[in-house]
Amino acid sequence: MSNATLPAPQDFYVRQEPHEGEHHHETGTMLGFWIYLMSDCLIFGTLFATYAVLGRNFAAGPSPADLFELDMILVSTFMLLFSSITYGFSVIRMDKGDLKGTMIWLVVTGLFGLAFLGLEIKEFTHLWHLGATPMASAFLSSFYTLVGTHGLHVTAGCIWLVVLLAQLKIHGLTHENKRRMMCLSMFWHFLDLIWIGVFSFVYLAGVLV
Amino acid sequence: MAAADYSRWDPLFGKLSWDIFPFHEPVVLVTFIGVVVGGLAVLGTLTYFRLWGYLWKEWFTSIDHKKIGIMYMVLALIMLVRGFADALLMRVQQAWTASGGDGYLVPHHYDQIFTAHGMIMIFFVAMPFVTGLMNFVMPLQIGARDVAFPFLNNFSFWMTVSGAVLVMISLFVGEFSTAGWLAYPPLSGIQFSPSVGVDYYIWALQIAGIGTTLSGINLVVTIVKMRAPGMTYMKMPVFCWTALCTNILIVATFPILTATLVLLSLDRYLGMHFFTNELGGNPMMYVNLIWIWGHPEVYILILPIFGVFSEIVSTFSGKRLFGYTSMVYATAVITILSYIVWLHHFFTMGAGANVNSFFGITTMVISIPTGAKMFNWLFTIYKGRIKFEVPMYWTLGFMLTFVIGGMTGVMLAVPPADYVLHNSLFLIAHFHNVIIGGVVFGVFAAMTYWFPKAFGFRLAPFWGKVSFWCWLIGFYLAFMPLYVLGLMGVTRRLSQFEGTAYSIYFVVALIGALFVAAGIAAFLIQIVVSVRNREALRDTTGDPWNGRTLEWSTSSPPPYYNFAFTPRVHDIDSWWQMKQAGYERPFDRFEPIHMPRYTSTGIILAGIITVLGFALIWHIWWLAAVTFVVAIAYAIDHTFNYDRDYYVQPDEVAGIEAERTKLLAAEAASK
Repeated sequence: MSNATLPAPQDFYVRQEPHEGEHHHETGTMLGFWIYLMSDCLIFGTLFATYAVLGRNFAAGPSPADLFELDMILVSTFMLLFSSITYGFSVIRMDKGDLKGTMIWLVVTGLFGLAFLGLEIKEFTHLWHLGATPMASAFLSSFYTLVGTHGLHVTAGCIWLVVLLAQLKIHGLTHENKRRMMCLSMFWHFLDLIWIGVFSFVYLAGVLV
Repeated sequence: MAAADYSRWDPLFGKLSWDIFPFHEPVVLVTFIGVVVGGLAVLGTLTYFRLWGYLWKEWFTSIDHKKIGIMYMVLALIMLVRGFADALLMRVQQAWTASGGDGYLVPHHYDQIFTAHGMIMIFFVAMPFVTGLMNFVMPLQIGARDVAFPFLNNFSFWMTVSGAVLVMISLFVGEFSTAGWLAYPPLSGIQFSPSVGVDYYIWALQIAGIGTTLSGINLVVTIVKMRAPGMTYMKMPVFCWTALCTNILIVATFPILTATLVLLSLDRYLGMHFFTNELGGNPMMYVNLIWIWGHPEVYILILPIFGVFSEIVSTFSGKRLFGYTSMVYATAVITILSYIVWLHHFFTMGAGANVNSFFGITTMVISIPTGAKMFNWLFTIYKGRIKFEVPMYWTLGFMLTFVIGGMTGVMLAVPPADYVLHNSLFLIAHFHNVIIGGVVFGVFAAMTYWFPKAFGFRLAPFWGKVSFWCWLIGFYLAFMPLYVLGLMGVTRRLSQFEGTAYSIYFVVALIGALFVAAGIAAFLIQIVVSVRNREALRDTTGDPWNGRTLEWSTSSPPPYYNFAFTPRVHDIDSWWQMKQAGYERPFDRFEPIHMPRYTSTGIILAGIITVLGFALIWHIWWLAAVTFVVAIAYAIDHTFNYDRDYYVQPDEVAGIEAERTKLLAAEAASK
């Protein structure tokens, strides 16, 4: 390389830091959280794969057709779908700078989430009383683990939602809080998406076959 | 070993009781006393020199990527000594029993040793070494001031330590797993491993694994978002490319390990049936899942090492790396291929000829990009102006040894051959060949290469060369006999032998292990000698090797903000180009620098989680519940802290930079 093509000595550093440092960091957080969600998706992927392999090993015990009550599952599915919509409303209020509206829609979202969890607990206790415990067969082990892991995620989401409500109350719609709103939003919609998979793959397919 | 009773349970102490302590085991007891005395000596020294406050304030709570990187390396070195002690115990036992003796280890103890050896060497030696290197070097190479999530980085490190602590506790409190380093069920199930050994294994891995995943996310975002202006992807140093691919692999595989271990835990703790032989469970499901993580894992270890050698080869040949683009593509191809070869670890499962052929062929295909890398390094050296420094010794040792290991790997990739060699010592020789000849040699090369950057003085070359030769000779003596033994049909994990026909091979292997011991000792001596002679070995230029990438453009050790002004990049070898263009350091008009604050949350949270792990291992449910709730509450509490960063004032930067200007001037004047 000839010297003529070399940049001038002062071109090797940035004199004036662009004052978009905050902005820079924010996009980093969103990307990081997104990658985390993808890694979480792999955990679900592993559980789905396990269910696919072990889900027909009933060990002379009950099968999906004996156990699943689709109407209740449909109700809880709608609880979760509605909660995603209301979270969307909350984000719209946030973009409008409306703290109160944001918080109200968050509370509604949380209530839908709790309703979903309540229905899931009801389903699990019902199955348990029928003797269909996770210890009864490989099918039930993988069923409870897949659905339960999703439920635990929703529980974590609800706790996060309460924490975020407190933080919104204290600090208002600051930069950090908006970022956290968006992260929880991604988390919440992601869980919705996983549930669509559970609903179609575990419940629908289970009852159809 | 008198079997301790692990079926008793007490509400307060769980499964803990006096008879789980190995007082009746002379070998363990002596080790225990040694560790206690050594530990007390270290603690006493730290207290005597009043270093606790310093360590806490400047290191343990630090979110500086350089310090965290160094702490990873220290952890890995400590655990290397532990893991190697296990290796030596096994070599002595096998040489002894293969020569007609009775040995000194009962099978139950021997099984714990090979399990601990494998698990420690991968998770608590190789992984921290590699993560530490990426942590220290990568942000400097991309011209960043820290990683994307500095607090998370500190937390990830302490989670890794937490796992290591649990493994170390298992030495003396209860026992460790006997189920091999990947804990295959049904052996690792509750029916055949009713003790706490497998639980130690599970929770140590689970905790360290979460740390690793978080660190992977962190470093990916750092590379994607924080490169200096002008550094496009194809101008990134090769080490950063390999770090990127490795961290993508970490994010894409460690969750599978986490999920798989959860399933094994559910079998063990709640009596479920994922991997049992009853009620529809399928042990081969575990073997598949664990290797879907496990095979990419070996590439997680070796890819950054390929990056290390690329940096070293071009620096010490005084040449631009040959075939940068092909190097990048080779790395990416290996990253993808590493995902579709897992089944070659168990061709004997009997998946059929078609499946085995597919995985055999994908495995062999990996040798093509790897071969391309080998030629790139060769062509970089070709007609280069080679400086034969210690890192170059390791590089050449690596190139020779790794090729042999790679070729035996291709042999194992042929399914019919694998049916003969599966689980034999040939396999053991093969993966030690690539891990020692690849990862370990690379880590020693890297430590020698970047040591002056981290501490401001070079490592004394003499002891480095001693270490290299001991490792190289030791490796060949220790593992070539295992190839032969494997071809003769000796299987792995044997503690007793009927005849004495194999005696000579095992004795030679033991001698090899002793050479390696000398190699490790020489490296530790090298550090001590270098610290004592640090004034003579001092490097004030920040660029002792005439380097080519950005980390050499700042001082040694770098200031905590790394660069007073963010570098602007025009070329792959950006520092080399800066030197060619007559770059001058800016002396004035400093600007405030945005930096994160130190925090003790990471170490405290990881500490609570360690107790949680211990409580889960010993079934102390009340303690597990308490620590779980406390950990969650403490983590939530941390999110209420909004004051996490500050601006370094220009005066402070000016002071630190002026200091360096003086040093550089003095250096120039003395020449």
